[in-house]
Amino acid sequence: MISVQQDDFDVGDQYRRLCEQAGEAGAVVFFVGRVRGGDGTVRTLELEHYPGMCERQLQGFIDEARRRWDCRSVRVVHRVGRLAAGEQIVFLAVATRHRAEAFQAAHFLIDQLKTRAPFWKKEHGPDGARWLDAGADDVRAAGRWYHDAVAL
Amino acid sequence: MIRIRFFARLREALDCDLLDITVPSPLPVAALRRHLIHEYPHWAAHLDGRVLSAVNQELANGQTPVRDGDEVAFFPPVTGG
Repeated sequence: MISVQQDDFDVGDQYRRLCEQAGEAGAVVFFVGRVRGGDGTVRTLELEHYPGMCERQLQGFIDEARRRWDCRSVRVVHRVGRLAAGEQIVFLAVATRHRAEAFQAAHFLIDQLKTRAPFWKKEHGPDGARWLDAGADDVRAAGRWYHDAVAL
Repeated sequence: MIRIRFFARLREALDCDLLDITVPSPLPVAALRRHLIHEYPHWAAHLDGRVLSAVNQELANGQTPVRDGDEVAFFPPVTGG
């Protein structure tokens, strides 16, 4: 299940819905990304996305995760629009039979999402607004899942 | 007609989010980029090597062919999650 939305999400509700579709999977790993605070200053993020391509890319990552691991259920919720420090940005959850697969699949998915899904963050602070730069560490983290990795 | 979309920092720098153009196709993404810079020389500094591209909502590279009716997007490295 993939959702790109403005509305906030409830982690408990997402977990319950994941479990409903996970059958008797023995392990669930989930990750929540939140807006970091900025050293005592007011900071909000504006998230822009490419509608349609985001969903296609995310589905592609999930398909690839299912090929690699025995994923019983996967959920990705990503928010867009204006978000304040401390607000939730992304929920990503994987249910598998055993924990090692759940950790690996969740790690793979968040690494791909961070570097290949068309979302962009603009930071609004006391000194104005600026687009955030992509992290080289994120690109390296995503590439290590592929032997034939190419730099994006 | 080829529909071209720009996002985020690039959209703001070019002051353009959508552009429909007619060019002989198929042509590779790199040639489309050169065409845009030829038409809009002041875009050259922004459509540089760091810009990513997609054709029909799939990540592309300079060699990816573009055909009439396709949707092409140019955008900066992504920063979601």
